[in-house]
Amino acid sequence: MKKIEAIVRKSKFEIVRKALHEADIDFLSWWEVKGQGTAKQGLIFRGVAYDVNTIDRVFISFVVRDINVDKSINAILKSAYTGESGDGRVFVTQIEQSIRIRTGDHGDESLYDKK
Amino acid sequence: MIKKYLKYIGLPVGLSMVLPVLTFAQDSTAVVTNTVAAIVPTVTATPVPFISAGNTAWMIMASALVMLMTIPGLALFYGGLVRSKNILNILMQCFIIMAVISLEWVAFGYSNAFGSSTGILAPFIGGFDWAFLKGIGINEVSPYYISQATERIPHLVFVLFQGMFAVITPALIIGAFAERIKFRGFLIFTVLWAIFVYNPVAHWVWSADGWLFKLGALDFAGGTVVHINAGIAALVMAVMLGKRKLPNGQHITPPHNVPFVVIGAALLWFGWFGFNAGSGLAADGLAASAFLVTHVAAASAALSWALLDWFINKKPTVVGISTGAVAGLVAITPAAGFVDVSGAIIIGLLVSVFCFFMVSVVKRKLGYDDSLDAFGVHGIGGIWGAIATGLFATPVIQSAYSGAFAGNPKQLVIQLIAIVSTLVYSGVLTAVIFKIVEKTLGIRATDEEEIAGLDITQHDEIAYNEAE
Repeated sequence: MKKIEAIVRKSKFEIVRKALHEADIDFLSWWEVKGQGTAKQGLIFRGVAYDVNTIDRVFISFVVRDINVDKSINAILKSAYTGESGDGRVFVTQIEQSIRIRTGDHGDESLYDKK
Repeated sequence: MIKKYLKYIGLPVGLSMVLPVLTFAQDSTAVVTNTVAAIVPTVTATPVPFISAGNTAWMIMASALVMLMTIPGLALFYGGLVRSKNILNILMQCFIIMAVISLEWVAFGYSNAFGSSTGILAPFIGGFDWAFLKGIGINEVSPYYISQATERIPHLVFVLFQGMFAVITPALIIGAFAERIKFRGFLIFTVLWAIFVYNPVAHWVWSADGWLFKLGALDFAGGTVVHINAGIAALVMAVMLGKRKLPNGQHITPPHNVPFVVIGAALLWFGWFGFNAGSGLAADGLAASAFLVTHVAAASAALSWALLDWFINKKPTVVGISTGAVAGLVAITPAAGFVDVSGAIIIGLLVSVFCFFMVSVVKRKLGYDDSLDAFGVHGIGGIWGAIATGLFATPVIQSAYSGAFAGNPKQLVIQLIAIVSTLVYSGVLTAVIFKIVEKTLGIRATDEEEIAGLDITQHDEIAYNEAE
C-alpha cells in the first residue's frame, strides 16, 4: 500500500480529480493550502502592484494498492501539467497498515478498489 | 434675532420679502418677480418663517441617509479593506462613534458649533446656550436656511442633520490608524477631537458668526469642515502612530473582503445624496441640482479611477472603482450647491487622478502608513473640492456665488485661506491631542496585540467563527 500526495494548482484541481476518476481512483481527500516557492502571485491595491508572498494550491492525499500506484501517478502528472514554474509535486509514501473501521478489514482488503 | 443667523443670503433680500405676497402668481419667474418688486416697492412686511411639511419630510429622510453613511456604509467600506482579524475593531469604532458623538452633540456639541458666544471667541466657537438643546422648542423654526428663507424646517431637524455630520467626520479618520490602535486610546482621542477640532471648525465655516463664513468661504456640505479636517487629522495620526508591523515591509495588505468594500462604497454613495442634497436644508431646485452634481461627480470619478487602473496596471480593479466613487463624492461635497453638471464632471474626472497619484506614488515615497488612505482620499479629495469650488462655482446655480471661471478670482483666494487655516488648526490640534492621549492612556497597540489582531485583543471576539 502506498500513500500518494500531490500539490497542484487550484486551476488544475478539477482536471486532476477527473483524471483520477478515469483511472478508477474515486476515494481521495484534499484541502486548500497556502505555501511559498518560486511562483509569484501578483495583486493590485489602489494602483500599487504587490506580492502577498503566498501561493494558493490544492493538496491531494489518498492511499492505493501497490498495483494502482503507477496509473495514479501518471494520471496526476498528465492532468496537472502546464510546463510553467509552479505546477507542483507528487510524493509517494509506504503505508504500513490500513484498517476499514466498519468491517475491520486489514491491508489491501480495506482499500477501495473497483475491480 | 433671525437676521443674526442668516446663513447664506441665497436670494436678494427684496425678492425674499416679496415672494410670499406673490403666491397667487404661481408661475412668476425671478425676472417677473423683480419687475413686480420694482413696481411695488412699498411691500415691506417681513414674512414670518414657518415650518414647511415638504422640506421637513425631506430633511428628516436626509438625516437618516447621512446616518447610514457611518454605519454600515463607512464601517463596511473600511472593514472590508482591513485584514479579517481587525474587522470587528473597525465596525466597533464606527458604532461607538455613532453612540458617543451623538450624545456629545446634543449635550453641547451643537451649541459649540452652531450657537453663539460673545466677545473675542465669537468667530471661533459657540457657547453653551443650547446645551442639551435647552430652549429649542419642537415647533421652533431653524435659524439656519439656505435658499428657502420662509419655508423652513424645525430647528430640531437641523440639529439632527448636523449631528450626523459630526458623527461621520471623526469616523473618517479611522482609516489612517486602522489595525494598530488601542480601543481605549482611540475613544478618548475621538471625543477630544470632536470637541476641540470638529466643533470649532464647523463654527468657523457654517455658523453665522464664524470667521470663515463671514470671509465668504464656500463649503456647501462639508469639504472643509468634514473632509479636509478629517483628512489632515488622518495624516497626522498615521505619521505619529507609526507604521504597522507587516512581514513583507510593503505596507500593503490584501483587503479581506472586497464585496464589503463595494457594499460600503455603494451605501456611502446612496447616503451622500442626503449629505449633499440635504445641505440645502429644503426640498427644492437647489437640492435637485446638488443631488444631480453629486451623482455625476461620483460617476465620473469612479470611471476615471477604473480607467487609470486599466492603463497603468493593465486591469480595472474593484477596490479601485469603489475608491474612485468615494473620492468623487468627497470632491463634489463643498461644490454641490454651487457648480453645474459640467463643473461636476471635471471635478470628478480629476479627483481620481490626484488621489490615485497620492496613494500609489506620493504615499510610498514619503513612507507613512495611512492604512486605508483616509488622507489620500478625503484629505486630497477635500482640498481639490474646496479649490474646485473656488474655480467652478457658477451664478447659474446660486446667483450670489461665483468662482474664478465665472469672473470672481477672489473666491479662489478665500477658498485657499479656508483650506490652509483648517489644515493648520486641525493638524496642530490633532498632534496635541495625540500626545496627551499617548502620555496618559497609551494609544498604540502593542506588537503582540497587533499581530494577534485587534478583534481578539480589544474586544474578545472573532468575526469569522469556524463553529457550525
